[in-house]
Amino acid sequence: MQTELIAEARRQAEICNACRYCEGYCSVFPALHRERTLLDADITHLANLCHNCRGCYYACQYTAPHEFDLNVPRALAEVRHESWKTHAWPTGFAHLFDRAGGAVAVGLVVGFAALFSLMQAIKPETGAGFYAYMSHGLMVAIFTPAFVLPLAALGLSVRRYWQATGGGALHLADLWEAAQSAGRMKNLSGGHGDGCNFEDEDRFSQARRYFHQATLYGFLMCFASTTSGTILHYGFGMEAPYPLFSLPKLFGVPGGLLLCVGTLGLAWLKTKADPNLGAPSIWSGEMAFILLLFAVSATGLILYAATGTSAVPLLLAVHLGTVLTFFLLTPYSKMAHGFYRMAALTMEAARTRRHRI
Amino acid sequence: MVDSLDIVVIGGGNAALCAAMTAAEQGARVMVLEAAPKPYRGGNSRHTRNFRCMHHGPLGPLVDSYTEEEYLADLLKVTDGKTDKTLARLAIRGSEACLPWMEARGVRFQPSLSGTLSLARTNAFFLGGGKSLVNAYYRTAERLGVAVRYEAPVTHLELDGERIVRVDFTQDGQTHRVEPKAVVVASGGFQADIDWLARAWGPAARNFLIRGTPYNRGTVLADLLDQGVERVGDPTQCHAVAIDGRAPKFDGGIVTRLDCVPFSIVVNKNGERFYDEGEDVWPKRYAIWGRLIAAQPDQVGYVIIDAKSLELFMPSVFPPIEAGTIEALAGKLDLPPAKLRATVDRFNAACGDTSAFHPTELDGVATTGLTPPKTNWARPITEPPFYGYSLRTGVTFTYLGLKVDELAQCSVGNRPVGNLWAAGETMAGSILGQGYLAGFGMTIGTVFGRIAGKEAADHANRTDR
Repeated sequence: MQTELIAEARRQAEICNACRYCEGYCSVFPALHRERTLLDADITHLANLCHNCRGCYYACQYTAPHEFDLNVPRALAEVRHESWKTHAWPTGFAHLFDRAGGAVAVGLVVGFAALFSLMQAIKPETGAGFYAYMSHGLMVAIFTPAFVLPLAALGLSVRRYWQATGGGALHLADLWEAAQSAGRMKNLSGGHGDGCNFEDEDRFSQARRYFHQATLYGFLMCFASTTSGTILHYGFGMEAPYPLFSLPKLFGVPGGLLLCVGTLGLAWLKTKADPNLGAPSIWSGEMAFILLLFAVSATGLILYAATGTSAVPLLLAVHLGTVLTFFLLTPYSKMAHGFYRMAALTMEAARTRRHRI
Repeated sequence: MVDSLDIVVIGGGNAALCAAMTAAEQGARVMVLEAAPKPYRGGNSRHTRNFRCMHHGPLGPLVDSYTEEEYLADLLKVTDGKTDKTLARLAIRGSEACLPWMEARGVRFQPSLSGTLSLARTNAFFLGGGKSLVNAYYRTAERLGVAVRYEAPVTHLELDGERIVRVDFTQDGQTHRVEPKAVVVASGGFQADIDWLARAWGPAARNFLIRGTPYNRGTVLADLLDQGVERVGDPTQCHAVAIDGRAPKFDGGIVTRLDCVPFSIVVNKNGERFYDEGEDVWPKRYAIWGRLIAAQPDQVGYVIIDAKSLELFMPSVFPPIEAGTIEALAGKLDLPPAKLRATVDRFNAACGDTSAFHPTELDGVATTGLTPPKTNWARPITEPPFYGYSLRTGVTFTYLGLKVDELAQCSVGNRPVGNLWAAGETMAGSILGQGYLAGFGMTIGTVFGRIAGKEAADHANRTDR
């Protein structure tokens, strides 16, 4: 962990602790005010609890040009990013966090090329829908490890994070509280329910909260679509392609649409917001990741729309290429934030509970 | 723009914006002239955090009720009776309607902050503090068509008989002249003009710190007083509190406060005690300590505590100076070590039974045979490490201001100035003769800002016909 980033965040947090005006905005400030001395682990916890809503920045009487030069959203964003790198497993991949844009680009090219050449080289003799171009067995052989291995790596990373920030035994009640908070994006409500400050300086708006939830729920629906497909395939012997009125399609089509709208919305908001209230060095990487997620959903929908046309093989390679890139980069990109955020929210529920006792 | 202007509001804090919004809602064309650049807009309102509000039954974040009589009694207690009761009652009665009015214009409230539970019934806290209130008001004002000019200090108001006929201001190095139908002055006191402060208080004032905005220089106040507009308030007085001596010269705000005096001994630069540190709970004593420090050599004091008292008060923005011995602490604070040692020893020897010590109540744990005594929380300073903070006088506001009537209107001689109103700190001396009651400044600013805005708009609308 870079000590100067922690030190700067601590300097700012100590000013906050003597002020307390922002106590009502989000979970960060009550958590901060609870501690008289802030250990490195506390600062890391606060950083991952921060949703970058920016309410505290625009309300702050000590932002530049004031000599105290507070910019809490940025200080915490930089510690947050650094904490993901510190806990990444295997450690050798941590640098991908700093090169997300390049990694996405390389991943897309390589993923597309690999899948396209495989489709050419090992063309199945039978199969319906996209199984006509790539056999189910080959898909499973590629995507099972591409899904499971990164998820395991991320699991190990978050476990390291949990231990480093003082997490003990996991209580289901804390996890449930965290899920409720994330499910409603409570920390982007501004405390008063008017939303957060993002795309138009100090104006409160729900835009980021809504686009984020479209992305989150869209993603979860797409995941449910794939899962239900797997169950139908192995449990009931029902193979793709599925009709419109089937679980995979009923989850997948609205989920894909939500994901498209959500990611495009987030990308648009990001172009409006002040980059200096986040970690500016990773702005482009985050943007690349949002656009990758958009590409995953958009190419999936296009592939569905193009069913039966000659464009299918090419579109299939493109779509699977984006999915493969997305899976492989999950532990070393912005996607990791969801897991760390859940860990931080769970930890905060636990700390609050212990504090009450 | 200049031709189609009804009202100029001078200042950019709470009172100014309340006046500007009220006038614009009545159809007036309003221009706000704010001396500060945009990041520092809002005057001392940026540093505020709550609004003292009368209420019958729960209201917004406020619990129980807080009656007019109780509110007035609280005010009279802190001002020692030096209060204009008519105007004070006007502000108090007006406060109840203000809370929903503020919410409708974007202000959001939150429950009383941690460490301020004693104010949960009387003071409504702004979510995010005063700057978020100011931000919400600028948004609302701009939506109402109010023109806002930043870095536009007013240099002169031309008083011709009983009317303001012209307002001069500078912006981008150029002088501009406008001739509005009405003017609202809401540009605060003069505390940021150190020379003026030194003339009023004496040279000691040069060592004072200014807790709020550096833009309250009193230019407009001086200009109007020079032209014979009626004044109010003691020109030599300011509201001053004891704050951390390492605070910036201006704009240190809330985080520079230091709550540890009751658990300490306080010495001057010669290492001598000079006042009973345990006279009363800190919220009732911080204001007199501003004056006590101002009377010491070089206007500086030093708080000395030991390890057992460190966690009894809110953390300060600056860490304490720490040392293993009293002599070493004296060295770090630039105090005479032998002298400080002797003072601490004498104090420790005068401490008695400390078993009744209670940090949040007057516990009667006192010294015996010591001058000056410490009458509460007197525990010997014996447990290393020892900690020290320097204390300086921090000025919050000045009392000299414009005298106004119940309609917030200014006067010259005994006649009203036909088109001049004042609101906020610049006329608060009309109500507060001395002392201060937490959150009352925002009450005065909001109530009288609204009155001034309405009167100015009525005047402008009448002039139209």
